[in-house]
Amino acid sequence: MSEKNNNYISQTSEWTFDLLEKFHSEIERIARDFGLDTYPNQIEIISAEQMMDAYSTVGMPVGYHHWSFGKQFLGVEQRYKRGHMGLAYEIVINSNPCIAYLMEENTMMMQALVIAHASYGHNSFFKNNYLFQTWTNADSIIDYLLFAKNYVQKCEQRYGEEEVEALLDSCHALMNYGVDRYKRPRRVSLYDEERRQIEREEYLQSQVNDLWRTLPVDQHKAAHEDERNLWPPEPQENLLYFIEKNAPLLEGWQREIVRIVRKIAQYFYPQRQTQVMNEGWATFWHYTILNKLYDEGLVNDGFMIEFLQAHTNVVTQPGFNSPYYNGINPYALGFSMFRDIRRICESPTDEDKYWFPDIAGSDWLKTLDFAMRNFKDESFIAQYLSPAVIRDLKLFSVVDDDKDNELHISAIHDDSGYRHVREALADQYNLGNREPNIQVYKVNRHGDRSITLRYYAHDRRPLNDDAEDVLKHMSRLWGFTSRIETVAEDGSVSITHECPVER
Amino acid sequence: MSQIIDRRVNGKNKSAVNRQKFIRRYKKHLKKAVEEAVSKRSITDMERGESVNIPSKDIAEPTFGVGRGGRRETIYPGNKEFISGDSVPRPQGGQGQGQGKEASDSGEGEDDFSFALSREEFMDLFFEDLELPNMIKTQLAKDIQFKKIRAGYTSHGSPSNINVIRSMKGAIARRIALGAPYRKELKTLEDELALLEEQDTCNESDIEVLKLKIRGLQQKIKNIPYIDTFDLRYNNRIDQPIPTTQAVMFCLMDVSGSMGEYEKDVAKRFFTLLYMFLTRTYEHIELVFIRHHTVAKEVDEQEFFYSRETGGTVVSSALKLMHEIIQERYSTADWNIYAAQASDGDNWTDDSPVCRNLLLQSILPFLQYYAYIEIIDESSPSGNLWREYSRVAETEQRFAMQKIGGPDQIYPVFRKLFEKQWA
Repeated sequence: MSEKNNNYISQTSEWTFDLLEKFHSEIERIARDFGLDTYPNQIEIISAEQMMDAYSTVGMPVGYHHWSFGKQFLGVEQRYKRGHMGLAYEIVINSNPCIAYLMEENTMMMQALVIAHASYGHNSFFKNNYLFQTWTNADSIIDYLLFAKNYVQKCEQRYGEEEVEALLDSCHALMNYGVDRYKRPRRVSLYDEERRQIEREEYLQSQVNDLWRTLPVDQHKAAHEDERNLWPPEPQENLLYFIEKNAPLLEGWQREIVRIVRKIAQYFYPQRQTQVMNEGWATFWHYTILNKLYDEGLVNDGFMIEFLQAHTNVVTQPGFNSPYYNGINPYALGFSMFRDIRRICESPTDEDKYWFPDIAGSDWLKTLDFAMRNFKDESFIAQYLSPAVIRDLKLFSVVDDDKDNELHISAIHDDSGYRHVREALADQYNLGNREPNIQVYKVNRHGDRSITLRYYAHDRRPLNDDAEDVLKHMSRLWGFTSRIETVAEDGSVSITHECPVER
Repeated sequence: MSQIIDRRVNGKNKSAVNRQKFIRRYKKHLKKAVEEAVSKRSITDMERGESVNIPSKDIAEPTFGVGRGGRRETIYPGNKEFISGDSVPRPQGGQGQGQGKEASDSGEGEDDFSFALSREEFMDLFFEDLELPNMIKTQLAKDIQFKKIRAGYTSHGSPSNINVIRSMKGAIARRIALGAPYRKELKTLEDELALLEEQDTCNESDIEVLKLKIRGLQQKIKNIPYIDTFDLRYNNRIDQPIPTTQAVMFCLMDVSGSMGEYEKDVAKRFFTLLYMFLTRTYEHIELVFIRHHTVAKEVDEQEFFYSRETGGTVVSSALKLMHEIIQERYSTADWNIYAAQASDGDNWTDDSPVCRNLLLQSILPFLQYYAYIEIIDESSPSGNLWREYSRVAETEQRFAMQKIGGPDQIYPVFRKLFEKQWA
């Protein structure tokens, strides 16, 4: 082919804003052809240092200040400078407009890949997946983060940095337990948030006082309270919410900070539940879009080779006994699953027709779109993990029981094992299984005001060693003694951790 | 609907506050690391960062998680040899083990948390709590230099400072404001006149009256002064004091035969510390090196520390030379003067009282601070110079003296010399 007759957008690896625009408009066109529905994009070019900044605040573009982010930053910086790690090529924020950060060090190819991956892959996932639609407010998150940052700063000025820091430490320890799984949060703007915060403060304080307004009770009554009249009436899984509303000694501003941490936890909750899907979806789309660019003759072979090299790095899945093994790579699993769904739609085998009668031979775009919208990792795997993918990744299941001296291989990639592997893997991605199930069980309202959490031990697994420390934070927030009762599978209950508060 | 933004122009230190918070929180660890570094490093090498390790357990943020034990089923990729029903021995630690998923994703979970302290942070910790005595006082007292800086506008001043644009703006505003009622009236009259003139039946005298009135008004408008003293605005400049930002540091050292390499080395470290502290306080610092045996001589740094001399000791020779140099080159109006003297304590007996008098009468009055260190075993008896200097120290706050046994004592002694309460 002669050099003059090509349509290549660019042939160098250097990027310019002009080329970015061109690539972006082509990518956008292709994405629209495929029917990707996204928030408007805001693509921001940043330097490596800024990327490290973004890293250390879990990608929040504005965030309140806390030492742990500083620690994060120092760790990242140290490892980056020593060459222990490269930085991510992009960070994308679930907001409207959807903000994607591109590093200035990237080559033109990487920038194109990142635009396809983040600005169209992740972005469409954020906009359309039911978990994100239900639990996050892309429109107001930046406002809320700003509110949070200012509020924390104000509190630092009024009540002292140390005080605020200690409170945040405690909240962070319980952050994973600050999530509502059933209730839908309301949409609010920054202005509303500030106004409501003041009302809330006053209202809450009055509520709490009411709850604890107890006349001297006779001790017998207190002792028998447990059996007859548990409070709260039902176990509460959102520990931070429970603390925010009911902790007897917290002041208004402290409740507000608990709430801020809780809200941010809630915002990130869907991301934790859709790692495989989200990354798989974005990877699938950067792969599909960039291949389309190549098919249309818009990029040259060099571009493609560089792209395939980068892409392969991302979707590599080292085997369990490889020194590079670090768990199942969500990019690899998600990408193979979405690719496989497309394959099942386009060229189904007999096996596929038996396993997936509904989707075999259907329109792949519609099927993929449906899968993206309506699942989270757990259900996605349970629904779509095909024997083909299990074979490709050579997945096998290992049972590790401390009653046995040996490990048992319970299933491998064969006919009798597919279902078992699929169930076990889906289970592995169930957040409820990954995180210990801990709930507020009762509060001693008339006696020592202690709070009792219950840990429901699944498969006899104990809590980790951190529990003791987390409980200290719990006691700090609650203001009175806190303890954990472990409920074994046979129903027996024993107090396993206790952190007394002397008064 | 999409936009591409160049954010590189924005600041990069978004995490600076978080970093500071982290450093504040772990100050205890960091200080220990800094002190260790200080005792190990050579002085010339002091002004750089340091890598610090903090044990992971001190820095961990606990969260609830599932510990070892119980039963768990895990999916792994990359099966090569296993079939269902196989039993394999439980691996002891390392990869591929049941806990793999819980290891930190950096793969460095159990290591100490390590990071680099920047030069600034290192030095801050190093100098913390230290403050040169009298420094603040003299800085304030000696602020006699001023710089003119702009500070808006005033309504009075010298003609050379008139700000034309401001003044004219004021004038226009005033003319518009004062003329407004006349112009309003003028307009109504003009409208009236136009109306009358349209009507043919009007009478001439009415028109004449109107025209007269209009002329009167026009004159009034014209009479509003184009510019008035009231409009004048002057550039305002005020005096801003410039703190004296230069200092001179005199290093005095005995180089008689009794000062060996070891003593010189200790002295050098002491001088360096003082120098480093001054560099943080003053923009510009000059160093004057005076070495002496029986006669004193001003030398350069190289010669000061490394050339060898022999002979007796007459300390006053150095003090006299220093006094001369101050008179000649460093007026106290422009310079903050510091002096540090190191010696092994030997002096010609009759000379020590002379030194005391020199110090009290012709040197200390000009100085911010005079530090004397005697490099000697603490157990050895004090020499005559120490005795005479002790008498100086009794009366003079700006004079400090200390005995140093070895290099490991420099840092604590240095701190002691410049502790805050001396201020």
